Amino acid sequence: MNNTNIGIRVNKVDNQEKTSGSAKYIADLKFDNMLYGKTIRSTKARAKIQAIHYPVLPKEYFIIDHNDVPGQNRVKFLVNDQPFLAETMVNYIGEPILLIVGPNRQKLKELANKITIEYQPLAAALTYTESLQCTGGAIFGTDNKFASYAYEKGDVSLAFSQAKTIETDEYTTGYQKHAYLENQGMIAVPEADDKVTVYGSMQCPYYIKRALEQALALPEEKVRIVQTTTGGAFGGKEDYPSILAGHAAIAAKKVGRPVAILYDRLEDMASTTRRHPAQITFQTALDESGKIIGMKIDVILDGGAYAGISDVVLQRSLFNITGVYHIQNLEVHGCVVATNTIPNGAFRGFGAPQAFFAMEMHMEMLAKKLQKNPLDYKKLHIVKQGDTTATSGLFLDKVPLPEMLETIEKMSDYTKRYELYQKNRNHHGIGISLFLHGCGFTGSGERDIIKARIKLRRQANSKQVEILAANVDMGQGLKTTFKKIVAGALAIPMTDISFNNPDTDQVPDSGPTVASRSIMIVGKLLEDASRKLKARWQEKGAIEITQAYKQPERMHWDSEKSRGDAYPAYAWGINVVEATVDPLTLQVDVNGVWTVFDIGQAIDEQIIQGQIEGGVLQGLGYANMEVMTNDKSGKIMQDNLTSYTIPTMVDFGKVNHKLFTTYYNDGPFGAKGAGELTLIGAAPAYAAAVAQALKIHIDRLPVTPEYLLEVLQNENHFLYAK
Amino acid sequence: MKTISFTLNNQPVSIQTNLQKRLVDVLRENFALTGVKEGCGEGECGACAVLANHKLINSCITPIGSVEQLDIMSIEGFRDTERYHILAAAFAEAGAVQCGFCTPGMLLAAEALLHVNASPNEPEIRQALSGNLCRCTGYSMIVDAVKIAAKNGDGLW
Repeated sequence: MNNTNIGIRVNKVDNQEKTSGSAKYIADLKFDNMLYGKTIRSTKARAKIQAIHYPVLPKEYFIIDHNDVPGQNRVKFLVNDQPFLAETMVNYIGEPILLIVGPNRQKLKELANKITIEYQPLAAALTYTESLQCTGGAIFGTDNKFASYAYEKGDVSLAFSQAKTIETDEYTTGYQKHAYLENQGMIAVPEADDKVTVYGSMQCPYYIKRALEQALALPEEKVRIVQTTTGGAFGGKEDYPSILAGHAAIAAKKVGRPVAILYDRLEDMASTTRRHPAQITFQTALDESGKIIGMKIDVILDGGAYAGISDVVLQRSLFNITGVYHIQNLEVHGCVVATNTIPNGAFRGFGAPQAFFAMEMHMEMLAKKLQKNPLDYKKLHIVKQGDTTATSGLFLDKVPLPEMLETIEKMSDYTKRYELYQKNRNHHGIGISLFLHGCGFTGSGERDIIKARIKLRRQANSKQVEILAANVDMGQGLKTTFKKIVAGALAIPMTDISFNNPDTDQVPDSGPTVASRSIMIVGKLLEDASRKLKARWQEKGAIEITQAYKQPERMHWDSEKSRGDAYPAYAWGINVVEATVDPLTLQVDVNGVWTVFDIGQAIDEQIIQGQIEGGVLQGLGYANMEVMTNDKSGKIMQDNLTSYTIPTMVDFGKVNHKLFTTYYNDGPFGAKGAGELTLIGAAPAYAAAVAQALKIHIDRLPVTPEYLLEVLQNENHFLYAK
Repeated sequence: MKTISFTLNNQPVSIQTNLQKRLVDVLRENFALTGVKEGCGEGECGACAVLANHKLINSCITPIGSVEQLDIMSIEGFRDTERYHILAAAFAEAGAVQCGFCTPGMLLAAEALLHVNASPNEPEIRQALSGNLCRCTGYSMIVDAVKIAAKNGDGLW
């Protein structure tokens, strides 16, 4: 099954349309009679809507409110708590209340400014503490918890009773915005017989389809979703597009004309989802030698005002909280809480970057307290094949970390430099992070919820094969890699294969484009279907093969108890970052970045290089410059690309990388997931480097100069100043 | 409303317009040049970049009134040149294209650089393209692409 040639780079199939500027993104499309929509949003973090005053609307201009939602005014996520358009209450600044629709976008802005909304403000819960105290009454349920989980393994009480010492510390991480270059947008087009088609920038056509069936009270065949060329997503176009598509479709249904809602940067920044901030607390029991014998960990995520998919984000934080380490006695608790802020959602890594930052820095802290080299200390605890996972599942496959460590030592000279910088006081530091990514959906999500299906079609007397799948190319190269898998398995040229942007009238539901699942899960279905097609290739007639997901037999998961194999396979990574800190300004220069990853067989090594370079840079941005905060009223303070700075071409240099290949039998050609893994390790490696340079400990992201100053002025932070 | 005349993709054009209208809107709406992208609307990201007399400008912060008599080139005009084909092939070879939203602006930024410096070193490339944001690639593969283009286009710039 292993085809070592598959990884050799090819030119991506969509290069030409993108370099030439001819690719059509959602804002490039126009339909006859099309109107534009503008969203009127709450200016209060929490309030009752008392009255709305409208200007006289010119001809062809319309107001849409919650009464215009034909079906249920709730966005279909795991919990139906979020309205498309607010009814009597608003729960965050930026919450959609009304849409105003008309032909001229400038005129829409003028009219929008003439709408006045009277509010009765209520006490808002903006922090973890306010949320847990239910300030102003619960936003969600009775306790403001969208979800909470607890699990344990081994005998934690015994471990803690036998401990020589118990170490406690806490980590906090901030927001991160996707800042895809293409802002969100949707166009809804009413069709004959009550049908509606929605075109847009998205990751999950079928999530949107199901959301619209519920919102418009329409049967399946009356809702069609078509993905347009998508200008970056990173998780940001997983959940929010269901809301935006709903707005466009509700408006189009009311006015009977196509309606385009295209966000500008300000609206996109101030109303779409962000990465969940986290607060993570460790209590760790150590034996006489300093080895970890037990841990109690508490995780709290800020979910924002509505549940969305926070529950699943929390699961990934919790199930990955012990990183790559084998902790035999473990107790983990966590919850995601409601605050009167923009609802948070999916972002590359999905709860894992927070967890790995905290665990890696906790290991650093323990090593420093024990006056040990952090890497040596980490090595004492690294999991091996056959060890149990945090959730008492098993690491069934080889754990390649020891070989990966040898390689990254050679690439980066980590240990030598670490020892040198320990002695020197010239503000150089080097940091290392070890991490994994559980590929695909958590637990039995694929089997019980997603139930992916794909089709391959070959017409009669044809050599052309069509891929029918609902996954999207959002820049990660899916059109190329899916074609490569089918071409490789059928041994036919890639040019004989077609794969169009998904249209739900044409393609089966192969699930969302999320969770590093597209290659490993859907790619495997394509490979299996291709092999079936190959066996029938000599037939003259048309052939259509449908392939449905089956959970690997070796995987066992009990969702009631959060126990077992939370993921079917693991991808692995190690990052090393070297940095110099200016002692006066506390500005950090990154001098070198070295990375090794094991993602199984790369379907295209150059595409993987692109994932690595891009993912690591997003991780470095998360670590050092991407500051996003709310003001005291709960309003986002960085709502454009000037105030929210993402890395530019001069901020960091080359990311050195090397790939390891531990084949995964249930992935196509032995491939595992890659997209999210690449972001996870940058922040802890960066933080460790800065910490060494300044001889401090770092417990917060992002690591801004202001934060460093605060740490340097606090004597308690000098853990290993010598 | 005033008449503004300029050269657009090698053709003389005139347009009756409010002088404050943004060049990006004129190009996208009046001339249907949708290869010019709007990413931020405030000159921060470079997705809307075009060439004005061979210099890179952000069309989202350029009022149409300021382009009178200038030679404006968008990706739709540049893509007919041999230099474009060298650059496009280099971007493909280096794997420098992901979502593609920044790509036309990146190509034009590379063209503007190579026009004044036919064999730039890495810091010069990074500096010259630093006004164009990309969230997908991490930039280094774009830097590689510009190096490849400079080499392959020997003599063209």
